[in-house]
Amino acid sequence: MPPLAEQTMKQTRPDFIRVEDFSFHYGAKQAIFGIDMSIPENEVTALIGPSGCGKSTLLRNMNRMNDLIDGVRHEGDIRLDGVSLYDPSVEVISLRKRVGMVFQKYNPFAKSIYENVVFSLRVAGRNRKAELDETVERSLTDAALWDEVKDRLHDSAFGLSGGQQQRLCIARAIANRPEILLMDEPCAALDPLATLKIEELITKLKQQYTIVIVTHNMEQATRCSDRTAFLYMGKLIEFGQTMQIFENPRMAETEAYITGRFS
Amino acid sequence: MTSDSQKTEPFATTGRSRKGEPLVWLTAAGLAIGVVMALGLFLLILVKGASSFWPKRIESFELRKGDSSEQVSGFITQTRERKDAEGKAVEEIQIFRGNKDLSADTFLYADTRDIIARNISKNTLLIERLTYGPAIGEAVAITQGGTRIAAEAANFRSALNEILEKSEEMRSEILHIERKEIGKVSVAMEKLQRDEKAKRKSTEQATRERATLQVEYDKLKAQATELEQKLNTNTLTYRVAGGREVTASFSQLLSIFAPNQTGFFERLGESFRRAWHFLIEEPREANTEGGVFPAIFGTVVMTLVMSLFVTPFGVIAAIYLREYAKQGFMVRIVRICVNNLAGVPSIVFGVFGLAFFVYFVGGAIDRNLYHEALPTPTFGTPGILWASLTLALLTLPVVIVATEEALSAVPRGVREAALACGASKWQAIQRVVLPASLPGILTGVILAMARGAGEVAPLMLVGVVKLAPSLPIDDIAPFIHAERKFMHLGFHIYDLGFQSPDAEAAKPFVYATALLLIVVVVTLNLAAILIRNRLKKRFAVSSF
Repeated sequence: MPPLAEQTMKQTRPDFIRVEDFSFHYGAKQAIFGIDMSIPENEVTALIGPSGCGKSTLLRNMNRMNDLIDGVRHEGDIRLDGVSLYDPSVEVISLRKRVGMVFQKYNPFAKSIYENVVFSLRVAGRNRKAELDETVERSLTDAALWDEVKDRLHDSAFGLSGGQQQRLCIARAIANRPEILLMDEPCAALDPLATLKIEELITKLKQQYTIVIVTHNMEQATRCSDRTAFLYMGKLIEFGQTMQIFENPRMAETEAYITGRFS
Repeated sequence: MTSDSQKTEPFATTGRSRKGEPLVWLTAAGLAIGVVMALGLFLLILVKGASSFWPKRIESFELRKGDSSEQVSGFITQTRERKDAEGKAVEEIQIFRGNKDLSADTFLYADTRDIIARNISKNTLLIERLTYGPAIGEAVAITQGGTRIAAEAANFRSALNEILEKSEEMRSEILHIERKEIGKVSVAMEKLQRDEKAKRKSTEQATRERATLQVEYDKLKAQATELEQKLNTNTLTYRVAGGREVTASFSQLLSIFAPNQTGFFERLGESFRRAWHFLIEEPREANTEGGVFPAIFGTVVMTLVMSLFVTPFGVIAAIYLREYAKQGFMVRIVRICVNNLAGVPSIVFGVFGLAFFVYFVGGAIDRNLYHEALPTPTFGTPGILWASLTLALLTLPVVIVATEEALSAVPRGVREAALACGASKWQAIQRVVLPASLPGILTGVILAMARGAGEVAPLMLVGVVKLAPSLPIDDIAPFIHAERKFMHLGFHIYDLGFQSPDAEAAKPFVYATALLLIVVVVTLNLAAILIRNRLKKRFAVSSF
């Protein structure tokens, strides 16, 4: 990883993730209707909206996690740095190495803390001890967990608290240095204090990663995102700077949702 | 309800709270009946099995027989009631009097009214022999290399013990020569014959080698005979009830015990000695005497080999069914078939094993690899390998169902996390899903082992025998003899109870063997459960 100074100097690409007229169907049910949006590099983009609005579906398409479900199909395209995710030459496995994911419910593996972090390296066939050790320290430090677990790296991951487990999952997701980090309601199962920690972490991580986060918590979106997209009924209603969306929404639905006057 | 009672009961009530919950009692009763039955079964077998080793006091009876009387020594094995010719209830006792070499009926029924006198003589001995079961009588003298020591002599006991010990040593030496040394020569002889038949060796060479082997064989045989004769010079003379004196060679005598002059702890010690010999010895006399070691060994080896086959097959099949196969009509059909396979009577599996494994697979192996030995079959005959495979097939559904359930219990989030880390589907299964479902899979293996170890019917077709001359694993190359027939505790019980020439004498052994079978199965299961719990600790599932 280049030093921080160099990174901030680096030109960020405004069209890093490009969603182009994207629609998605679960069997007969259409979940997303022709969404168009551009997610810039090294920023936190929040997807908000009521349950069932398609925000998680959109997120899970960004690393093709929805491929696992039977009977799904899509129209339109999602491009990552100009390359279509659905291009036949794109290997799902290598795509997922570039796009890490953190889930709503923390889901560490039934392994030691150490093995959890290095999992993505191990499945890629990288087993050099020095590299693994280095990765564990870097990832856990980046996930603000190193100081808490450095003395018990080889204990079971299930011995950690919920918030720690979620931060471990973040460390696991960034171990292989992805470019993008997808977070599907990462704080939904956590208490307020643990939530705060994760939010601080998100703000810190955006210097290195492009983060897309799905959240139900509007304060969270205002606290840690740069841009916010409001989805409703599978359609993108409004997308813009977080400040603008929350202080001065252009659409009536957005205003209704963020002020809680929503039916 | 009056308004008064409504005041004291602020909440409307259905009245149930006062009657209790009837279904609790019903369900508890169901469980209680089950527990009582299981405990009863276990206790009965435990008591009957353990007591079969207890040395009972030997009583001497004087029985009325017409006008004269008869002397009988033995212990009471049973008391029962019978109606006599006039319809009156008569008590009858069954006496075991041993000495099968002297009279054919070792068990005697006597009317209690016919007992003129009964007493316990201190000097009565229970003499365990190699053949004809135990003898019961009083020692008269021993002869050791020509010198006679009378029972009254002071050094009688020590001399007796010394001879017994020495005889034991010599007997094991003879056994070693006959089994191991001569066994090796026989194996070499068989190999020579095959080589000759396959024209790997010329006739002259074979004849020459056979002559050398024959010389070796004769030498060993002579050695054994010499030891035997030496043993035969030592004899014990004892007097049985009725006054007849019998002289027996020490080559036939295993142990001598005087149950009437020993205290509780000595008899307890004798019980343990008998139990120990029961565990480590080979059966004698159509299995009614001696031990059951080959049966224990066969049961354990067969069960372990079966688990070795069934676990990988079942797990792999379940992985395909649950993880890879497209869940649809075909998979549903396959799943129903697998479940129904578990309901097929086990003897049907035995028939299948005989037809497929023994005759088809084994026959093919013989034709291609062992054709020199034909027409004597090597693998084309029932054996432990085929028995294990048949039972593996029988228990396969158990493992498949358990594994499928364990796999489906692994949370979806864990799989997704693995895939999101860039794992391929197989990597996710192998590194995350399988470890997490290992305890569940092992539960299936434990159930399969429990079922397999207790199965008897199919084994009778594919490899179990009443008496196996040698163990499936021994110290003669190639050490593991997968084609050999074997003994099994379950079959042993059946054999003792129903096929024995002296069912009455074999009865205690039936209980003891049943107890042992339970112990073996429980031990195997406990071992597997221990392994599973250790793994569970390692792969503890997250508590939400």
